[in-house]
Amino acid sequence: MKYAFSFLAVIALILIAWLGSRIPGMEYLFGVAIPYLAIMVFLGGFVYRVIHWAKSPVPFSIPTTCGQGKSLDFIKQDKLDCPTKTSEVVARMALEILAFRSLFRNTKSELHEGPKITYESSKWLWLFALIFHYSFLVIVLRHMRLFVNPVPAWIQALEFGDGLLQIGAPTMYMTDVGLILGVVLLFGRRLITRHVRYISLANDYFPLVLIFSIAVTGILMRFFLRTDIDIVNIKNLLVGLATLQPVIGAEIGAIFYIHIFLVSVLLVYFPFSKLMHLGGVFMSPTRNMKNDSRAKRHINPWNDPTIKPHSYAGYEDEFREFMVEAGIPVDKELAPKKDEA
Amino acid sequence: MYNKSTIIPGLILFVLFVTFPVWFNGLDAGAVPKPEMPPGGQKQCVLPAAEMRASHMQLLNEWRDNVLRDGNRVTVEVDGKEYRKGLQMACMECHTSQEKFCDTCHVYASVKPYCWDCHITPEAAAKKETH
Repeated sequence: MKYAFSFLAVIALILIAWLGSRIPGMEYLFGVAIPYLAIMVFLGGFVYRVIHWAKSPVPFSIPTTCGQGKSLDFIKQDKLDCPTKTSEVVARMALEILAFRSLFRNTKSELHEGPKITYESSKWLWLFALIFHYSFLVIVLRHMRLFVNPVPAWIQALEFGDGLLQIGAPTMYMTDVGLILGVVLLFGRRLITRHVRYISLANDYFPLVLIFSIAVTGILMRFFLRTDIDIVNIKNLLVGLATLQPVIGAEIGAIFYIHIFLVSVLLVYFPFSKLMHLGGVFMSPTRNMKNDSRAKRHINPWNDPTIKPHSYAGYEDEFREFMVEAGIPVDKELAPKKDEA
Repeated sequence: MYNKSTIIPGLILFVLFVTFPVWFNGLDAGAVPKPEMPPGGQKQCVLPAAEMRASHMQLLNEWRDNVLRDGNRVTVEVDGKEYRKGLQMACMECHTSQEKFCDTCHVYASVKPYCWDCHITPEAAAKKETH
């Protein structure tokens, strides 16, 4: 049901854009107003979320230590999994962000006949995620050719590399296949693996269905539904959006408006959903902190500055009389009373 | 707010990255390409202009497969006029210049068709002969 809801929601969005853009005069709503609104909500929401996170204090030093910590000289430290220096943290974060290292680990327990239990690293999620994210990144960068004029060489090189197979005309892109494959695999994983299916919610399925639809509408527009898809006219509009002087020169096919509307929905949805892991991956204290709590004191920002440290000696000074009276041993005896002498 | 010294530069980088087209263009949209009409004044093509704009690459691919792979050189007849299947033999009979016709839109949209890996334009051919 949860995934059926996601499909229904996306179908509704497609219908809105399809029928809406066919109403004369509504092209500017779907082609200009909504994309502008979406990018502003995206940027504003993203910054808001990150600053909101940055305001939350980290009360304790909580890096996840996955290897030997720094100890005596003859014990080898696992520098990536238990970093103590900033450079080691940077290396750890870079591998996490660029290579999804924690997904590579992903130990999974399985019960086999016998009965025998095994703990093995399950690489599927890592593989699917890697295909998906890198395809998506290249696709986003490649789309910049439609927003900038003149097109810089690095975008042209990226495009050339992506279409290296030279299949068909216009050339097929490898990342298009990668994105669709990645989405289908990640979606299939949620359906087929029972315990992942159990914890999957509508807000896990919805972005996958939405991104799938964006990819499909893009592919349809490029290869199949080419009526009124004049790339010069479309680029004219998109460069116009980027230079704040948008014009819709001639009629553009409905598939374009569906595509751009779905992208706008994704942009608006992004900052308020799990997709914020784009920003969140940089902000997770369990990864970006050094494991140096024995060398350097971690000050809890929540600490009340009016509460001073209270040593045992100070405690004894405060309560010595009562302690002696109650027969509790003290380090320093009470000063002898003068009038006794 | 904690860790300002890393989070604020990070956010600035992110915003710059997202707004790349805005500052790269510098609010200058540049000229929209105007492909040159056939210098010979021909008005008719194998398909209406809108269809040619949208799907000339598919037509050319089809022709290439017909001619080079299947050896099918049967001419195409449109409104009583015969066209041979070919870039140089049909298209460039009227649209004589690669730079002034093909490239105008292709450069604008950053499309690099590999036609010119094998084909040579009438202009380039003329240049070669004189040398």
